[in-house]
Amino acid sequence: MILRALDLKSQIFLAITLIVAALVPVLNLYVPESSAFHVSSFAVALFGKYLTYALLAISVDLIWGFCGILSLGHGAFFALGGYAMGMHLMREIGDRGVYANPLLPDFMVFLNWKELPWFWHGFDMFWFACLMVVLVPGALAFVFGWFAFRSRVTGVYFSIITQAMTYALLLAFFRNDMGFGGNNGLTDFKDVLGYDLQSDTTRAGLFALSALALAGGFLICRLVVTSRLGKVLVSIRDAESRTRFLGYRVEGYKLFVFTLSAMLAGVAGALYVPQVGIINPGEFSPANSIEIVIWVAVGGRGLLVGAVVGAIIVNAAKTLLTGWVPEIWLFALGAIFIFVTLFLPKGVLGGLSAFVDLIGAKTKSKSEAKGPSSTAPQLAE
Amino acid sequence: MTVSTADTMLYLNGVSVAFDGFKAINELSLVLEEGEMRAVVGPNGAGKTTMMDIITGKTRPDKGEVIFAGNVDLTKHDEAGIARMGVGRKFQKPTVFETHTVEDNLLLSLKGSRGVFDLLFARRTKAEQARIDELLDLIRLGDRRSEKAAALSHGQKQWLEIGMLLAQDPKVLLVDEPAAGMTDAETMQTAELLRQVAGEHTVMVVEHDMDFVRALGVKVTVLHEGSVLAEGSLDHVSSNPKVIDVYLGR
Amino acid sequence: MLRTLALSLLLAIGLGGAAAAQSLEELVAALPDGGYDDRAKIVRAIAATGDPRAIGILEALSEGDIQQLKSDNSVVRVQKGGAGYLIFDPVTGESRGDVKRRDADKVKVNNGLRREIAAVLGAMTLMSDDPNKRLEAAVTAFSTADPEQIGALDAAIEAETVDKVKKALRDARAASIMKSGASLEEKQEALDRLVGRGDRDALSIITAATQDKDPAVAKAAAEAQEKVERIRAMWSNAQNVWYGLSLGSVLMLAAIGLAISFGVMGVINMAHGELVMLGAYATYMVQEVIRNSAPHLFDYSLLIALPIAFCLSGGVGVAIERGVCRWLYGRPLETLLATWGVSLILQQTVRSIFGPTNKEVGNPSWMSGAFDIGQLSVTYNRLWIFVFALVVFGLLLLILKKTPIGLQMRAVTQNRRMADAMGVKTGWVDAMTFGLGAGIAGLAGVALSQIDNVSPNLGQGYIVDSFMVVVFGGVGNLWGALAGAFTLGVVNKFLEPYAGAVLAKVLVLVFIILFIQRRPRGLFALRGRAVEN
Repeated sequence: MILRALDLKSQIFLAITLIVAALVPVLNLYVPESSAFHVSSFAVALFGKYLTYALLAISVDLIWGFCGILSLGHGAFFALGGYAMGMHLMREIGDRGVYANPLLPDFMVFLNWKELPWFWHGFDMFWFACLMVVLVPGALAFVFGWFAFRSRVTGVYFSIITQAMTYALLLAFFRNDMGFGGNNGLTDFKDVLGYDLQSDTTRAGLFALSALALAGGFLICRLVVTSRLGKVLVSIRDAESRTRFLGYRVEGYKLFVFTLSAMLAGVAGALYVPQVGIINPGEFSPANSIEIVIWVAVGGRGLLVGAVVGAIIVNAAKTLLTGWVPEIWLFALGAIFIFVTLFLPKGVLGGLSAFVDLIGAKTKSKSEAKGPSSTAPQLAE
Repeated sequence: MTVSTADTMLYLNGVSVAFDGFKAINELSLVLEEGEMRAVVGPNGAGKTTMMDIITGKTRPDKGEVIFAGNVDLTKHDEAGIARMGVGRKFQKPTVFETHTVEDNLLLSLKGSRGVFDLLFARRTKAEQARIDELLDLIRLGDRRSEKAAALSHGQKQWLEIGMLLAQDPKVLLVDEPAAGMTDAETMQTAELLRQVAGEHTVMVVEHDMDFVRALGVKVTVLHEGSVLAEGSLDHVSSNPKVIDVYLGR
Repeated sequence: MLRTLALSLLLAIGLGGAAAAQSLEELVAALPDGGYDDRAKIVRAIAATGDPRAIGILEALSEGDIQQLKSDNSVVRVQKGGAGYLIFDPVTGESRGDVKRRDADKVKVNNGLRREIAAVLGAMTLMSDDPNKRLEAAVTAFSTADPEQIGALDAAIEAETVDKVKKALRDARAASIMKSGASLEEKQEALDRLVGRGDRDALSIITAATQDKDPAVAKAAAEAQEKVERIRAMWSNAQNVWYGLSLGSVLMLAAIGLAISFGVMGVINMAHGELVMLGAYATYMVQEVIRNSAPHLFDYSLLIALPIAFCLSGGVGVAIERGVCRWLYGRPLETLLATWGVSLILQQTVRSIFGPTNKEVGNPSWMSGAFDIGQLSVTYNRLWIFVFALVVFGLLLLILKKTPIGLQMRAVTQNRRMADAMGVKTGWVDAMTFGLGAGIAGLAGVALSQIDNVSPNLGQGYIVDSFMVVVFGGVGNLWGALAGAFTLGVVNKFLEPYAGAVLAKVLVLVFIILFIQRRPRGLFALRGRAVEN
């Protein structure tokens, strides 16, 4: 089964990801700074963040590219995963906070709270937080999806209500009395599992972990999309009512893949938070969620690898441009949205492979014209 | 339920549905015997497609019942459930999974588990492969099995869709205008195909094309304004003055 | 004159006939003589003259500005100025030059006398010739609710000719009665009166009376309290309905353009909020031009801005349709993404030109202020926006129902391919529809500039809400947008007092998500086969 899921391209992708996971930390920690091969800690943190974005993009591609579900609220699952991890990191600060309260995080002391809200219990245990990282986004996606898919909310309607969902969460998390730090969110983390979050070793470790998570997420998605279930998902995308009339309860499949996708997004969020050191309600903003979609569109939807490529391209461009001329970034992002949808509907990778196919077809026809004896190499699907 | 007997496959009893006050189906009653092939004709807006929507669970009727295989009221079930019970439907516009190969289209249509997790771990069995091969022969697409369905011609897509219906091994086949957009030769081949499958399946064909209906050579039901206007052999109904009225206008 | 007479009579009762029939001048001159009691008598006598000048004199006395000159023992009114005092004749107000401070002695007043003066002044203003002053005095009397003033109030009620003032006086009397030792019947009557008034002040007096020593009064007060609370709940509901309608009108303005383009073309214009924002900026620019070159036109600035905003946003809308959406028909999700891109560009453009801060857009005079209906306070700007929203809705309905382009739009909404086959230029209709929707967004921007901050983020705040309106109301149906907007507005405002503004919004969103369960295609959805495709 795993073999079936791994065609050549996937193998290459996984190999690259695993090499990056191993190599970058080594280059950062063991190669002296004077060397040309040294990777700066800044770059490790930055690319570590990109890797979590890439995982998030994969989760969106799984539902949008393969099942035609356009979620404009996936940032919410990412943020929920992030908050779950953030809550653990807050608890781990313990009495080293400004107010030195062994139990309550600083913001609660500041708000004059006397005891820990019930939903903060358990987050002092790492395993519990990890469980919540997948369960909370998963549960929200399940409940939300159950309602939405059951009543056959599809297409732009679904997109709009997912946007409303993340908007509602944005508003809710801004409130101080929700108990998630309000406007400021959760920050000032000290360490995770006893490792100092500021140290290069921890950061390199988190980078490796993100790369591994990306590889794992990719593998899971490949397994799903290459299975017969994956074929059904594509059928739903292309002809939903045909699929229904073949006896498939479409809502069940959508619910499965939507929930899985939300869980992956949650994991991405959980890896993101310790690397950037903060999680706040801004992550719930509808604009963020739409941006994720454009990463996938840029890379090419329905390709998984495309989502990764898109997330990295767009975010690298963002880092470069906002550092260079901040005003220009929104223009550029807007232009990317328009350009990709109008001229590059299959994204960079899709466009590239179409181009390769075109060249391939030409050389093939040429070689065929030469004579029947020369057989052109068949391009992989 | 008095009409319904052991060999009644489908029984529509006093079905009505209205859209915004417009009665698309009005007290429609219809009986299909097991193994029977029936042609349903009627002018535009007679309610043919709406009738199929009701049988397949896409539209809930305001009134009436649809008894399937003698004991199940289909109006209580959803599309997927009805399909699993053995009612297959072919759309007016050929609808196949364009990005899947011809073979995968059939594979997905095969009768079998539709559970999410079953499918996640499903592998193609020898029996499934044999059935697919058999169907490919029947719909004459054996040599195009690994092509994407999008690459098929219009007529081939119609056949593929019929093949997908047969893969479900349904008790009842509802076929909506199978000859639409086909060449004459394809039309006749399609009629031949349908005649082959009738007998082991109960078939209801909705069609405009009278030559095609004639080629089927079966009992005809004429729908008009949501109810049955006439029933009988093609010659019988086409000599019916009411039918002539409806078709040629008053 | 009747009033003066009544006042004289009233005060004469208190004076018991002493010191009667002296002129104002004589009385003032007598002020420094004797002790505080004597002075109090004179104060009453001054009031009893009914002379309008008496008010000024008594106020000055209370302030300590009535003084006696050491040189000639004459009584003057002083005003601090220069090295010492400027002095005036207390009665005529004629200037008499200036003196040094030590050349004059204060006519002393103690607190008891000040109270006396205040009471007398209160009674006198109750008798003032200016009805506004009388009303003011009555309102003051209501809030002091001093049982001592009942007699004065009775006399004033007797003499009063203006209904509004009379009512205020009666209220004041009722309030005073509640604090007095009056009989149960009188208090019952007063309670009824206060219930009729039914506002917060009445409620607090009634609530205080529930603690009355007399259990019968306390019981009556408790009943009255319940009644008032019911009345107040009713008014507060009315206020919520009004706030809700006002919010609804704003939502409708923001959403209705969206509903048109969504309905006709099945595409979602994510840049809709930015088109609203452009309308608001158009208003800002019009006002800037007017401020700099023709300030007298300021009251017309909104009227001038309307067509400009319509054309600006409409033009941008047509450009979006022709430049972007046209190429994406049949791919609604891609359209959504592309128009989001457009929205980012529009936002950043405005930010680059005008800066990220809020712009000042003024309210014309006819948009400022408020008026009351019962306990309902209505601001003019909200009222005008409400009216404006309805007018826009009506016009739109007319356009769709009565004009050829409206007919074509409806045709395309219902069956694009058939319309195409019938010779409707669907491309042109699309552009016009999109332009119309965008133009209305511009109009909404003009209205929103009056109640919201005009900043590049203006549109963002409305986009999710307006989508909710469209989804809730049902696509392609103006009435749906109307009903959706007002329902959501009212529901939101009713939830706010219980849940707070933010949570109310969250609850509304949850409500819509659940609502979609029941009716996936909105409140006024089309049914039938045509919908599917």
